[in-house]
Amino acid sequence: MELFGLYNYWVYTVLLMIGFYAVIAKPNLIKKLIGLSIFQSAVFLLFITMGKVRGGTAPIFQAGVEDQVFSNPLPQVLILTAIVVGISTTALGLGIVVRIKEEYGSIEEHEIQELDRQ
Amino acid sequence: MTVLFGVFLLTLIVITALAIVQTQHLFVAVILAGIFSLLIAVIFFLLDAADVALTEAAIGAGISTMLFLAALTLTAEYERSGSANRLLALGVVAVTTLIMIYATFDKPRLGDPAAPVQQHVAPWYLEHTPEAIGIPNVVTAVLASFRGYDTLGEVSVILTAGIGVLFLFGAKPRRQSGPQRIAPHEPGRGLRHYLIPRVVGQLLIPFILLFGLYVQFHGDYGPGGGFQAGAIVAAAFILYALLEGEAQILRVLPQRLLTGLIAGGALLYGAVGVAGILLGGSFLDYSVLAANPITGQHIGILLIEAGVGITVTGVLISVFHALAARGSV
Amino acid sequence: MSLLLHVSSWVLLSLGGAFVFIGGVGVLRMPNLYTRMHAASLTDSMGAALIIAGVMLQAGPSLAAIKLAAILLFLLLTSPTATNALASAALLAGLRPEEDTSSPEECGE
Repeated sequence: MELFGLYNYWVYTVLLMIGFYAVIAKPNLIKKLIGLSIFQSAVFLLFITMGKVRGGTAPIFQAGVEDQVFSNPLPQVLILTAIVVGISTTALGLGIVVRIKEEYGSIEEHEIQELDRQ
Repeated sequence: MTVLFGVFLLTLIVITALAIVQTQHLFVAVILAGIFSLLIAVIFFLLDAADVALTEAAIGAGISTMLFLAALTLTAEYERSGSANRLLALGVVAVTTLIMIYATFDKPRLGDPAAPVQQHVAPWYLEHTPEAIGIPNVVTAVLASFRGYDTLGEVSVILTAGIGVLFLFGAKPRRQSGPQRIAPHEPGRGLRHYLIPRVVGQLLIPFILLFGLYVQFHGDYGPGGGFQAGAIVAAAFILYALLEGEAQILRVLPQRLLTGLIAGGALLYGAVGVAGILLGGSFLDYSVLAANPITGQHIGILLIEAGVGITVTGVLISVFHALAARGSV
Repeated sequence: MSLLLHVSSWVLLSLGGAFVFIGGVGVLRMPNLYTRMHAASLTDSMGAALIIAGVMLQAGPSLAAIKLAAILLFLLLTSPTATNALASAALLAGLRPEEDTSSPEECGE
């Protein structure tokens, strides 16, 4: 069980680096955006993992039940905001990618740089 | 048992992420990203984050997949392979992974009640929510009342993204460079020739809207709130747009009304804050909105969640329109 | 009585899990798109119905059971529609059922 106490953090690290690799190594712009979204999801996983309390439940008061142990509500609030900010960024990024495709005719990074150099 | 289930799901998530980066067919990558979001939503639920799981499922698995697919029809279908510095990128990523895994050994174990994050502000919120705000869902209380400023900032971010997309797609494309699509019917007519999806969709849309309203107003008592409700209502309208076509949805919800919704929600939020000042309290102080401070809190939370839901709905439908109408120009 | 409820709920859940597994194996082993859709629909109908029925037995007569019944109704209404839309899209793209003889190994790319 000792290892499983850290498994969430290892998964977070691996997901973070997978998303980061997609952003820096893949030339396709849509792939970069998907990688960015994986990166963001990894960070959400980290925060929610840190908020979990053993034996706790979701931080909602149930009527008539006394002395409940709740998981931490604060990371959940921060991640709620972060998810919506993430989708806003993705939407704007997709808009830019579509416009780039219309102007340059391609969404591959090296081809766009070639066209820019001419 | 739950531990095993959690470990299994986390491993599945890593495999899905690897598959997303590996595949060169962008459509497959987008659908896998939708599966990834659903799996993460289940993990969030296992970690006692019910609100976050609902938001991730509605926004990550639903709206995000739809936006990516709409953008894919306007761009490319396959990714061209190869990049010059792949080995360097792999090296950097591997070294950073090892360093971060070494760093995780100092972290408090999963579920540790003595961890520093559980000590300072969180017990204060849990203790003071019933007496100061009086609603059962602590997450909504913190989001809407204790940390109302952050949520105002978030509404501004969604507003800015909506304005940005509307600006980007305000100019008509200079040349017809879109991919050739196989459409036997006129573009913009939706799925009018396909009876089964239309009938079932028209049957379900009222219930989806009803569920969206339920989620909006039950944010105080269970998982829910403005963001999830905005995404669900936007999904209902987008389903209508897919079934009946762009022309029809623009008759039902003209673009001016959508722009009004986008601005109106944020305006409502700010107005509640200013009303707090005018009635003698500070900005976004809901206790002065009614004679009884707890009732004032309830009214304030209701109004700002409505503002958030309205803005999110307006922005998501506008972004869909911007992407969907582009192809048929 | 409660032992009977527990046993029957476990039986239903296991059967539902077995159907989901069979559906998964079918998607991997079937030769082309249309037969794979047949296999996948097993997951949506039998698998989902049995699992939700098993969970409803665990929930007992409460609001949760009504919500689960509503979820089951929604699933039974939407998954066949989605399969129909998928098959229509495949036909629209030009993939005829009798001509499609691609093998499972080629269909992964």
